[in-house]
Amino acid sequence: MLDVRHCATLAEAAGIVSGDRQAVLLGGGTLVMRDVNEGRLTEGTLLRVTDPVFRRIEAGGGRIELGAGVTMGMILANRDLAFLHAAARAIGGPAVRNMASVGGNLFAASPYGDFTVALLALDAQVVVQAGFGSGRAVPLEEFLAARERSGPALVTAVQFSRPSNPGEFHFRKISRVRPKGISVLSIAAHLPQSGGRMAQVRVAYGAMAPTPIRARGVERALEGKSLDAGAIQMAKQAALEGCRPATDAIASEWYRREVLPVHLGRLLAGDGR
Amino acid sequence: MLEMRKDLFADERDDNLNVIGKGLQRQDMPGHVTGLTRYFDDHAFEGLLHLKVVRSPHASARIRSIDVAAAARAPGVRRVLRAADVPVNRNTLLSLIGFGKDDEPSLAVDKVHYKGEPVVAIIADSEAQALAAKKLVRIDYEPMPAVFDVEEALKPGAPVVNETYSANYFEYHERFDHQKLRFGDVERALASADMVLEHRYQMSPIEHAPTETNGSIAAPEQNGRFVVHSCAQGLFFALGTAAKIVALESNRLHFIGGTVGGGFGGKVDSLTEPLAVLGAMVTGKPVRFVLDREEEMLYGSPRGAERIYIKDGLMRDGRLIARHIRSYFDAGAYTRLSSYAAIKCTAHLPGPYWIPNVASDVHVAYTNRCPSTAMRGFGITAVDFALEVQMDRLAEAAQMDPMEFRLLNAYRDGDMKPHRRKASNTALIECVQVAAEKANWPISEQGKRQSSLTGGGVGERGQIPATVLDARGQIGRPETRNSGPTQTLPAGSSRIAPSKQPVMEGARDGRAAPAQVPRYEAARPAAAPLSPPPYQPAPSPYQPVTGQQPPPYQPPPAPPATAAPVQTQHGAVRFSSVFGRRR
Amino acid sequence: MAKIPVQFRLNGSDRAAFVDAPETLLNTLRRGLGDFAPKYGCGQGACGVCTVLIDGEPHLSCLTLSVACEGKRIETASGMADGPDLHPLQAQFMEHFAAQCGFCTPGMLTVARALLDRNPNPTRDEVIEAISGNICRCTGYEPIVAAILAAAGSPGMRRSEGGRHA
Repeated sequence: MLDVRHCATLAEAAGIVSGDRQAVLLGGGTLVMRDVNEGRLTEGTLLRVTDPVFRRIEAGGGRIELGAGVTMGMILANRDLAFLHAAARAIGGPAVRNMASVGGNLFAASPYGDFTVALLALDAQVVVQAGFGSGRAVPLEEFLAARERSGPALVTAVQFSRPSNPGEFHFRKISRVRPKGISVLSIAAHLPQSGGRMAQVRVAYGAMAPTPIRARGVERALEGKSLDAGAIQMAKQAALEGCRPATDAIASEWYRREVLPVHLGRLLAGDGR
Repeated sequence: MLEMRKDLFADERDDNLNVIGKGLQRQDMPGHVTGLTRYFDDHAFEGLLHLKVVRSPHASARIRSIDVAAAARAPGVRRVLRAADVPVNRNTLLSLIGFGKDDEPSLAVDKVHYKGEPVVAIIADSEAQALAAKKLVRIDYEPMPAVFDVEEALKPGAPVVNETYSANYFEYHERFDHQKLRFGDVERALASADMVLEHRYQMSPIEHAPTETNGSIAAPEQNGRFVVHSCAQGLFFALGTAAKIVALESNRLHFIGGTVGGGFGGKVDSLTEPLAVLGAMVTGKPVRFVLDREEEMLYGSPRGAERIYIKDGLMRDGRLIARHIRSYFDAGAYTRLSSYAAIKCTAHLPGPYWIPNVASDVHVAYTNRCPSTAMRGFGITAVDFALEVQMDRLAEAAQMDPMEFRLLNAYRDGDMKPHRRKASNTALIECVQVAAEKANWPISEQGKRQSSLTGGGVGERGQIPATVLDARGQIGRPETRNSGPTQTLPAGSSRIAPSKQPVMEGARDGRAAPAQVPRYEAARPAAAPLSPPPYQPAPSPYQPVTGQQPPPYQPPPAPPATAAPVQTQHGAVRFSSVFGRRR
Repeated sequence: MAKIPVQFRLNGSDRAAFVDAPETLLNTLRRGLGDFAPKYGCGQGACGVCTVLIDGEPHLSCLTLSVACEGKRIETASGMADGPDLHPLQAQFMEHFAAQCGFCTPGMLTVARALLDRNPNPTRDEVIEAISGNICRCTGYEPIVAAILAAAGSPGMRRSEGGRHA
């Protein structure tokens, strides 16, 4: 049978996770409780973290840290995080957003995990704590690549720099149902401009591979360019580099490949959907 | 918002009605908005047990062995049910009205025929305990070939899906492999048409996705009875089905329901009631069996997929002169209601249009997929989609506006349908006119003047044309469905002439004669000229077939020289594909 | 396994229950405390029929552990009416035929209530966003949106207990 343990500190939770292979961290519950309700998770321990640090937002300065237990609803209620509101609002309805956490979103299987796409375009780092001790920051892309085979460790927070101009950060979720549906795909783009040219471009996709991925071809096509029709055309041509989308109940692989360049072009051009 | 049109069919409507056209509060609304409405699961029982089923992970497999020992010993488990525990472990839903053979087990016996088929049921103190115990059931499967395509399934040598129907098609009246409709001479009309358009349409299965999943709670009542709170859309249908499967007199089951959290046709299959009742019988406790969402989506039966071929003969002026339809209804692994879907489909063809030559063959094919069932116009909605897409294509081919094209070909009151019934209350013309008006779609003045009340049944529109038959003098023999027509049913001949008893077909092909299978009127040796339908005097009284040889076939008398008007069919014995005949 | 005691406010009353460690709030409310207004629809956060207010905010009770609700204010559709007096949302749902089978109605009322607590005069788009996590398979949503808009700003609006304290 399943047991539940309440952990007053992150260190306590990390220690249990490291020592007990059957321990599962319960964030908002939107992933883990589904497995409980459908009988896939019947043995082991659910860990609840009550440490306030787990749900702390530090967003006053240029470096932002979100505790892994921070919910989408908390992000939407925070004015310092306005540039992330589009991504947070893309997750579920209001009830899901009051539960779904930043840390849990890192583990959501495709086509879920849209918030992580935004974090990827922000060059976020994941703070991972293995056993008692202090956390270690891992680049998000590296974390995602190793997600399925990573050893027992606890995600405690994510960190990233605030975009110097929030208007240069873009997020779009494409779904078939309005106003809310599961992703056909999602796109996040950070397009910092300097002297009319883009530098340090970051573009990320959701649902175009088993995990959220960086669109390196698009980043290369845009780097050092001004955001004009020619650059957008080049970006669209490079849009599919590295993509391995799945066919699922929402869309076929073919469809995802067909519509991605279209939506990328619209996002870059600032057009509506 | 609702609009009452008083200008259309004004003389067919009584305006002195107490309910229609007036706002009236629903009687169940106060319960809905206060949360007091009681659905099947909203009942408290002391000692409630929970039932979960172990399902097949294979689309087709032989069961080598089942080991439930560990599951039976698991914490909280009260009872594990297997096929042998089900008193009548083979049923088909329509057996309650004597239609079709029992083909589906409640728990699989030695084979599974679709992914998700129930094999073992576990009853435990809590849902969590039942779910944990499910993982301890060990079933050794030997996977077998499966077939997922309706046309592949009907080919010789295809894997047998359902042993009860080993040729992978539902047998109507234990002899016919499909539902057939013939009216006029489609082949000749296609040959004379200016254009022939043929297209293939493939529909997907569709899940009803009610917000309330299928489920029921059964509990012992006093005096050897059981009370059952059920989600069933057809409560007494579920009662009858459960009573048969658990082998109880139906008056020992007290079904309570009718308050359904969305059904749309997906709650007529008695998916949970029989095992819930059986669970209550063997444990003496209240037993709750509810599908979870994944089970509902994957294994609660969907609207069956259909493949539809439509071949139409079109004249340049837009008149549709011939329509041939070949359709395959995907029943999945078991019959449930697919046999009825094909009947409804055939009754609906060729759509709401008057076409002088119509032929259709609608097959029900078994595949190793989840059995399909009723869903909002099943058998009709899919073919309507195909027909209306086809109509748009035809309009384009005729270079006509699609609305005008429909106005031109629409049924009008009094038109003869291919089922030898007069069309009435057709109203398609008026629907098209109003739809065009609402959509600001321009239609011609002539189109606006059309009425479904005029022009119907005039001339050949009201008559039954000469209809071709096959070499056996029939239209529905499986072994001849590929051979050409050799005979022609005289004009005016009806499958069952008005006010006339059916001629019963006797035993053939060395098989026992089924009850009450009417056959066509005899073919005349030569093609008869188009003429008004002849009056047929009533033959000898109807003789039920009771195992002995029926009287030999007697050709009916020649039609009288003078024409008689078509008799009204009201009160006449009519053919019913389900019952053979009805009043 | 031993049962665990848990206490919370339910629709303004103090309630206590003994629960299994991994038991969901939905099961505790329905099977333990007899409040059948929240429903089971999917067990995975997709349909919204189990929605309840926890401290005034909509949560999915099928994905919430009961042991995590110690001391919280839980509110369901059962607690919306004040005796025979319906909440304006309930009255407008009736008026606008915003229910057919009724199974989604308690969840719809709950998210609508949370919206109006926070935003007494929402726009149509805000209403649509507020109910976007709740599935209705019967009405096509339009009557529900109309009912919520009609209830907005109407006299007699009672805030949820959690909404008052938030």
